[in-house]
Amino acid sequence: MTVDTLCRFERALEGLEVGFERVAAAEASERIETIVEEPTVGASLPFEGVSLPDDVTTEPTTAELEAARTGVTPVSFAIAEYGTVAVESTADGAEPISLYPDRHVAVVAESDVVPDLSAGFTRLAEGFDAGRDSVVFATGRSATADMGDLVHGVHGPGDVDVIVLEDR
Amino acid sequence: MAQRTRSEQADRIRHLLETEGPAIHAHASASNARRKETYGGTDDLESLRTDARAIKEDAIDRLPELIETVREAVEANGGTVYVADDAADANAYVADVVEQNGPADETAEPSVVKSKSMTTEEIDLNDALEGEGIDVTETDLGEWVLQVADDTPSHIVGPAMHISRPEIADLFNERFDPDDRFETAEELTRFARDHLGEIITGADVGITGANFVVADSGTIALVTNEGNARKCAVTPDTHVAVAGIEKLIPTLSDLEPFVDIIAKSATGQPISQYVTMLSPPTDSPTLDFDAPDEPITAGEGGAADETGASGTGDPDRDFHLVLLDNGRTDMREDDQLRETLYCIRCGACSNSCANFQSVGGHGFGGETYSGGIATGWEAGVHGQESAAEFNDLCTGCTNCVDACPVKIDIPWINTVVRDRVNRSAESEPHDFLVDGLTPDVEEGGMDLGKRFFGNIGTVAQAASATAPVSNWLADAGPVRAVLERTLGIDRRRDLPSFQRESLVDWFETRGGEAASRKRAAASSERAAQADARDDGADVDREAVLYPDVYTNYVDVDRGKAAVRTLEALGVPVRVPDLPESGRAALSQGMIATADRQASRLYAALAEDLDAGRDVVVIEPSDLAAMHREYERLLPEGSYERLRDGSYEICEYVYGLLENGADPDALSTGDGSQPVAYHSHCQQRTLDLEAPTVAVLESCGYAPETSNAECCGMAGSFGYKQEYYELSIDVGERLAGQVEDAETVVASGTSCGDQLETLLERDVPHPIELLAPGGYRT
Repeated sequence: MTVDTLCRFERALEGLEVGFERVAAAEASERIETIVEEPTVGASLPFEGVSLPDDVTTEPTTAELEAARTGVTPVSFAIAEYGTVAVESTADGAEPISLYPDRHVAVVAESDVVPDLSAGFTRLAEGFDAGRDSVVFATGRSATADMGDLVHGVHGPGDVDVIVLEDR
Repeated sequence: MAQRTRSEQADRIRHLLETEGPAIHAHASASNARRKETYGGTDDLESLRTDARAIKEDAIDRLPELIETVREAVEANGGTVYVADDAADANAYVADVVEQNGPADETAEPSVVKSKSMTTEEIDLNDALEGEGIDVTETDLGEWVLQVADDTPSHIVGPAMHISRPEIADLFNERFDPDDRFETAEELTRFARDHLGEIITGADVGITGANFVVADSGTIALVTNEGNARKCAVTPDTHVAVAGIEKLIPTLSDLEPFVDIIAKSATGQPISQYVTMLSPPTDSPTLDFDAPDEPITAGEGGAADETGASGTGDPDRDFHLVLLDNGRTDMREDDQLRETLYCIRCGACSNSCANFQSVGGHGFGGETYSGGIATGWEAGVHGQESAAEFNDLCTGCTNCVDACPVKIDIPWINTVVRDRVNRSAESEPHDFLVDGLTPDVEEGGMDLGKRFFGNIGTVAQAASATAPVSNWLADAGPVRAVLERTLGIDRRRDLPSFQRESLVDWFETRGGEAASRKRAAASSERAAQADARDDGADVDREAVLYPDVYTNYVDVDRGKAAVRTLEALGVPVRVPDLPESGRAALSQGMIATADRQASRLYAALAEDLDAGRDVVVIEPSDLAAMHREYERLLPEGSYERLRDGSYEICEYVYGLLENGADPDALSTGDGSQPVAYHSHCQQRTLDLEAPTVAVLESCGYAPETSNAECCGMAGSFGYKQEYYELSIDVGERLAGQVEDAETVVASGTSCGDQLETLLERDVPHPIELLAPGGYRT
């Protein structure tokens, strides 16, 4: 992770109209709380010293998933070049939690922001080798032009925020 | 011959131009412009295209092995692979899977949600499932609009591109009768999201296509922007992915260039919103919305699987990969159609095509597929008849060649299929007019008009020999009626005016090569005297000017201008009587004729090439034949020697000026004289627009280039009765760009003819502007 890569990531997200926040692990929970719109569902965050805010529901029911306005999930890495986050299909439901609610808040360790697609594929391949072989590269907000003009938030989230943990 | 008559085809095209054309043009041209911009900003574009192409070549080569590899991988993951021979086989299998995974209440109708898949369109899966009493809902918004409208896709990527927002609003207001009438795209999209969201959460089975299938890990890659494919794959317990066998690629690393390029080529986005790579059954918990109070992780696999590294995924999940053959194995064996299997279905060939932009896929398309590559797909999966319906809409302009992310020679596939259609046509009674003028080597039975245009060189020679009588005769009303009826030449189109004295005759009359040598030497001497320190003006080249059919018999002036220009720059010229290049025959799908012509032309030029003379070509389409198609028609060594020794006229002049020749020997502008310049489609593909622009600039003009896709004329295309109006529609987009310029120049004969018709004034070749003595209007 270099400063360049992080700048590149931030610029890419800006172009995608995706929120970008860089915080220390210790402050992450508080920051997430200010971003989310309630009700919120989430998949637990595997970063040391970081936990989801208290009112985020993990292991939600389908009713809670459907009603949620925000889904908070970890992402295993991010690709600076395109502003992409890699959402893994995990047993705790990160994939549907990142997909169903109107807003997705993706949390990534700064050390997991890689410069380009090629480095992303290296990370992807490492995950595949370890059995984590279902991943979505999500870039920006769900979009369609099928109804005549560009509209965001179709089947997937219309708002996305990325939180980068500067000390992880 | 295509099934429709010429006038039926003309009516159909007119209808599409009026109804669907405007919406198609708006979307397709915008996508094309974004693609060009994104391609331009991608530094490693060429290596991406080369890599992607190489991976596809290798994968198709190893296809039988990859099918076995993916079967093992998917089965190891806990899924099932079914290889379906044809549409009926695939549909029966999918219906069976749906029946087995339907609702617990056996009297209830099983429900399926689908994400966009052209392959399921190819096999008419929806009809087949509905025939079995299965409820099917398309969840891609474009596909859903089509389902509601009971319409068919008009574009591989944007299936409802032909329907405008107000039309969608009208359709939805009528069908769903909302309290507040729909108007904006935002309102329509929100309604669709909610409506389809409910259907997805209640569905028994999710069906997706696959953009790519990674054989060794059993991974399907789905490239989407909406997120519906993710929902269809993750929500129901059962996921069925239907993909053609050609979607297989060997390993995960092979996926990278495709992920990088597919959105760029399709819509000009750097990357799609969602590149979903699933190795199902996945670990994601299934979502049972009928049990709203159960945690989603409550299933058998669920959160208990702490490692997250399960190779078998959530045990509630069921996955079926249906690999469709449906003619693809035969395509793989077919040396000409094989390349079609490299297609990643991005639609770039459609977006970059001027004719497609005007009529869309309902005109330029077959049973399922549309655009330039559709000729290969339709011929392969539905049969030649389906391809024959629309194949003639490919004019061979080659705009799609630089657009295609896997470098498929789409014009060539169109030429090959046209050739096959010609050969399969039943023999018609011989026509005296055409027969006498067609020394081709084609079998009988092909369309008379095509045969006529394919032999245009012989026609032109005869017409020139009898000019001006042939011109008066051809312009006479009764003759035009006969030409329209027998050859399909639209009577509204001006015919070329044949010159009695051909370029070759003119050149001989003025003293031939010997006189040219003297003139060139005199020019060199003048240049040396004018510039005492000069030693570079002595360019020491000799040129053979290729007298293409139109330059030789119709537009002789541009040939004379080229000769004078070269001589003024110190280059002696020869203008021998040379055989046709084969371009005319190729454009009509007469490959055997073109092959023979290529051999003859090469034989006629071999000595000049050996002597180090440069072959200079005025008509870009003839040069493009030598530089592109000859690779398939001549031995490699011959092809390379001619390619390396032949130049477009302004490219050649550019080279002379770069090597010290003095532009003052030409007709120069004042430095700011505006000129609108329309290059030629095939010239652009050869990257030869820039030299003309540079020459005009260094000679004191201020050229502005058009960015219109094409002039619409495309050789014989604009003459044909069924395509006349389409040709004018395409041409008007170009004319609109250049009409305000005082001087308009164009490199191609037919571009010039079309612009002269639409602008009602002379449109010379740039060389006529540059030639000493200037252009006389």
